[in-house]
Amino acid sequence: MRWMDPMALLGRRWGRRRQEQDSTVRTLVSNLPYEDLKKKEQPNRQYKGNAVKTTKYTLWSFVPKNLYEQFHRVANIYFVGLAVLNFVPVVNAFQPEVALIPICVILALTAIKDGWEDFRRYQTDQKLNNLPCSVYSRREMGFMERRWKDMRVGDFVKVVSNETIPADILLLHTSDPNGVCLMETSNLDGETNLKQRKVVPGFPAPDSPFKPAGFKSTVVCEKPNNDLNHFSGYIEKPDKKKLGFGIDSLLLRGCTIRNTDEATGIVVYAGHETKSMLNNSGARNKRSKLERKLNSDVLYCVLLLFTLCLVGALGHTIWLESFSSVPPYLVPDSDGHFIPSTVAGFYMFFTMIILLQVLIPISLYVSIELVKMGQVFFISHDVDLYDQETDTRVQCQTLNITEDLGQIQYVFSDKTGTLTENKMVFRRCTIMATEYSHSENAARLAVLSETEATGDEVTLFQQRQKQPSLFAEEEEEEEKGSGEGRPEATRRSHGAKADVGSNQRSKVNAAGAHGDLAFSSPLETVVVPDSKLQQEVLEAERQWEEGPLNQGPHLAPTPGPHLAPTPGPHLAPTPGPEWSPHLDFLVALAICNTVLVSTATAQRQRVIKGRHNSCAPQTLGGRLRGLLKKMRSPRSMFKVFTGKQEPLADPFAADEEPPDILHTPDVCTTTPEGGSPKTQPEVTPHQAQRQRPEPGPASPDTVCYESQSPDEAALVHAARAYGFTLLERTPDRVTVRLPRGALLTYEVIDILTFDSTRKRMSVLVRHPRTREILLYTKGADSAVMELLGEPAGESVSQRELRKRVCSSTQRHLDMYARDGLRTLCFAKKVVSQKEYEDWSLVRQQAISAIENREELLMDTAVQLETSLTLIGATGIEDRLQENVPETIEALREAGMQVWVLTGDKPETAVNIAYSCKLLDHRDLVFTLNTDNKAVCRSTLECTLEEVRRYGPGRTAGALLRLSGARGPWAWAMTPPLA
Amino acid sequence: MKKGGETLNRPDNTAFTQQRLPAWQPMLSAGIVIPGFVVIGLAFIGVGVALFVTSQNIQTLERDYTGVDQSSEHNCFQCLDVKNCICALNFTLSKQFEGPVFFYYGLSNFFQNHRKYGVSRDDHQLFGDTFYFTSPDDTCSPYKYDSRNRPIVPCGSVANSMFNDTFSLYQLVGGQKKQVPFDGKGIAWWTDYNLKYKNPSKVNGSLANAFIGTVQPLNWPRPVYELDTSDPSNNGFLNQDFLVWMRRAALPDFRKLYRRITEGDYADGLPSGNYSLEINYNYPVRDFGGRKKVFFSNVSWMGGKNQFLGIAYLVIGSLCIIMSLVMLIAYAKYRFDDEDS
Repeated sequence: MRWMDPMALLGRRWGRRRQEQDSTVRTLVSNLPYEDLKKKEQPNRQYKGNAVKTTKYTLWSFVPKNLYEQFHRVANIYFVGLAVLNFVPVVNAFQPEVALIPICVILALTAIKDGWEDFRRYQTDQKLNNLPCSVYSRREMGFMERRWKDMRVGDFVKVVSNETIPADILLLHTSDPNGVCLMETSNLDGETNLKQRKVVPGFPAPDSPFKPAGFKSTVVCEKPNNDLNHFSGYIEKPDKKKLGFGIDSLLLRGCTIRNTDEATGIVVYAGHETKSMLNNSGARNKRSKLERKLNSDVLYCVLLLFTLCLVGALGHTIWLESFSSVPPYLVPDSDGHFIPSTVAGFYMFFTMIILLQVLIPISLYVSIELVKMGQVFFISHDVDLYDQETDTRVQCQTLNITEDLGQIQYVFSDKTGTLTENKMVFRRCTIMATEYSHSENAARLAVLSETEATGDEVTLFQQRQKQPSLFAEEEEEEEKGSGEGRPEATRRSHGAKADVGSNQRSKVNAAGAHGDLAFSSPLETVVVPDSKLQQEVLEAERQWEEGPLNQGPHLAPTPGPHLAPTPGPHLAPTPGPEWSPHLDFLVALAICNTVLVSTATAQRQRVIKGRHNSCAPQTLGGRLRGLLKKMRSPRSMFKVFTGKQEPLADPFAADEEPPDILHTPDVCTTTPEGGSPKTQPEVTPHQAQRQRPEPGPASPDTVCYESQSPDEAALVHAARAYGFTLLERTPDRVTVRLPRGALLTYEVIDILTFDSTRKRMSVLVRHPRTREILLYTKGADSAVMELLGEPAGESVSQRELRKRVCSSTQRHLDMYARDGLRTLCFAKKVVSQKEYEDWSLVRQQAISAIENREELLMDTAVQLETSLTLIGATGIEDRLQENVPETIEALREAGMQVWVLTGDKPETAVNIAYSCKLLDHRDLVFTLNTDNKAVCRSTLECTLEEVRRYGPGRTAGALLRLSGARGPWAWAMTPPLA
Repeated sequence: MKKGGETLNRPDNTAFTQQRLPAWQPMLSAGIVIPGFVVIGLAFIGVGVALFVTSQNIQTLERDYTGVDQSSEHNCFQCLDVKNCICALNFTLSKQFEGPVFFYYGLSNFFQNHRKYGVSRDDHQLFGDTFYFTSPDDTCSPYKYDSRNRPIVPCGSVANSMFNDTFSLYQLVGGQKKQVPFDGKGIAWWTDYNLKYKNPSKVNGSLANAFIGTVQPLNWPRPVYELDTSDPSNNGFLNQDFLVWMRRAALPDFRKLYRRITEGDYADGLPSGNYSLEINYNYPVRDFGGRKKVFFSNVSWMGGKNQFLGIAYLVIGSLCIIMSLVMLIAYAKYRFDDEDS
């Protein structure tokens, strides 16, 4: 019933086009040099500010605009028509004033509702616009607290961990030495994986403190658009040097910074021009099924009304014609004349419309609106839909389709993160054809869930104590309602379960909540090592250490700052037999990823070290300033300074939950031992106040891992459980500590990042001892298995072994999949120096390419990832979220068809389907495998036929394997087909 | 985690917000529904029988005197085109007509319920408000002023079209005509007579003086203050025949109470014998194809003769019984599975 004014739309489009014609790019410079100028002289004044306004009306325009909008509804026009008809004397039926009442009531009610909604929008806008953010100010020489709405394009903004990004910001600096910043985009796309953003490549070294005031370059980027995945532009430096950047340097408004202490950048799009706001082109006007049905029925009513009026008018004419003279009960018009019967009939038509107006159930619309408001009230006040953990109620975003909640037929669900917790737990692994079941770890997980269960009983009991009257009431009611005794029991237990659920969740979270680091609950981080594997590993390591290669002086665990890899005197060309595949596997677990290591100590370390290396001749004052700056940035660190508050007053003190990196005992237990004082040669007074001594090179207990995906985190934690602790990662090296304390620092030559086509990633490293170039590859089993090759010159026994490893690993993988585990394969390749040199030439070309860079990089990766040697595989469990089976069962009982879409292996998919009760063990499972549309159709038809043959009563689950020319496999499961 | 202040948004756990207000829903099981239907059916049949029998016992007599059809009973066809014509309708009662007898006149095809006709009156006038005597309400138009622009009282189409046939009843006893006394009091609604209608206050002791400057409705032979000169309490706007007419009928075929027979020898009813009804035939109905009728009827506790109500009760009651039988058979045959346990 609502339609857009086509002219207005057209006009808007025209306007936009004209703007775009002016220039195709957006050019902006830093605001800082112009800070004190008036608005007219600001260089970026033509760009919109960061204030957002989603309201439709202002105080003054409310009445006319709202009336104008309301008259876009056919119903209201109908009412006005009726009112007007009543003012026509020849057709009127009622007092004209009376006829005005309904339209006035309806307009007023709707206006009140619209006004209220708009007011709520206004409130949200205000809240958003007044959020604090820190913007660099030249006058104050530092970041000042401002409000979101005061931010403008060209401002320098600092965002700290767990803070929402206030505008689209081009990333220029992060606290991370690698210039990386992680961002959670769940507000935009619902994905809980962290996305990595990088500082504009080539921008001043991240180690030196970033000085916004010195930013003299011009940023040129594309016009605002709503494409979340594309962005490009360049920074033109004063010396005309251009630095290109893409979407991976843009922080998007509405996302959250994660696992990064702080990120600084220049605002490129603000307010309504940000990508997220452009995507948010107003709520689509959805119509409920009921409303659609109602609309068509109203149309019938209109037809009926017109028919009735026509019949009435014709009948009136005929009736009048039938009289030979005027009967006494016919009243002539006021001047005493009788109008001709045809004219009287014509008038009668309109009179009949007024008389029969109730046939059109306009009041129904109004009452439906009111009922919906009541429904929304009850939905938002439902205690069962309240989340205690976040203290939020359910929110009804749209008033239009609440009643459709009861008419849902299909539920399409994602698997990871929706059905499952997206908390990856390392469960099993297989190395060189030996399966390590990790039964101890499984036992620990079982215990973990058991304690949760017992804990719930206690809380449930407490709740009963707390509200005895309410519970009694509920039970009574259920007894009454169910009539027969039987269903009562199950129902009551259902209700109880729901209560348990909420308690359980909050409890788990209370236990697992420590600060804000993603993917770091104890469930995910703590792995109990398999005793057999541990022994074997220890043994292997011992043998290796005792091997002839390693009888060097540098064997002992080296404390102190870890410097560049020491080549050492032995340059053995081949790996010794002592380096067992077990060690390889665990090292691969630890380093074949993009996990960032962050310990509070390690970070400080880096700063200090950086100064040691690069800016050695620095004055003490400069050093002190740098240190202070460093101290100021992560708020938690600042808190250590208890005495000095004022000048550096924490602008975020008002924040509810300060990210607490230092105070997360579960993950980052800082051991007070092992401080090596020589790492901080200049002890400033501030440092003296520090409560913790600085440990030397990060001790294994203090590391925190920041990863983009939970899988990687799970694997690194698993490796750590065996003593293979990833200690440090910089762009050019990665350090792993072995169980017995030896530190291996691999030189990272290249990282072939993950992409969905290859479905694998690799790291190319140089072994510190043997100087071999090694390629470790991790990926989906299908992606790795097909790349296994025969290394040249292998012996018969080696080939036998390789084949055996291959086949039994495949067997184990299948077993994992049946258990519902996510599988990953690990492979290794020794790259000869010549091969590497050849390849690196191609690689360099690809890196420097401007067009098709991504594709070229991918091609080079594929070139290198050949003839791999399989080491092993892992099985990672993504546990189901709590109450998922119950929920799915309830949905199925309610007759809804649940589809789950997943990219897992079919066996994994089926298994998960069983465990979340999507499939029942009595169900027949059909697997349809096709990549051709026509074939798919015919198989589907065959299957349906088959299902029909089993007759009603039997349900069947089906597994659809859909695939396109590109993109991953998609599995869809649906019960029941019949 | 902090505990305090954490549950600010927690919805109130009250019976209303959590939709736990006490409610009761009937469980419609066979054990309740079938006996229920039987009981309801029996009750309806009982009431229906009582109504039907009562209605059957009511005596009615109905005669059409329009004069369009030739009839041996009356000579009103003579009067069709004659003014101030008197005709007679003869009828015979074979048995005693139990008293008290009500005498009605009836019209058919007369739409007193016509939308414009119905509002064509001025209630202020009829309440005796003399302000409206000089300027009647607009709803009365065109029966508001006469051709010389004098206000009409009572104005409007309803008053103008008042039924003006008069009747007198005689019993023929041995060739003599013996008048049956009519009682014209108490035939109008109490509220109309006492509340809704009032005569204007008398001017100089005379009702007629209050109407000076007004004219009678165009069709009326005499003004409203001369409707019953013999009885001041039945004159003017309070004339009961006028009140009966002004209370409009809902259907085009209607009857209106004209007189009651409650006095003298006829207090117990009309004895069997021959009667003659003298009709002062004035009211034209041929224009709209209407009919004029007279009715004699006595009443019971349920009112006048009305067979429909009794039949309706009987039908509904029988349907209930039949439905209960059907359900009983269905229940006996299919006995729902979930009620076995």
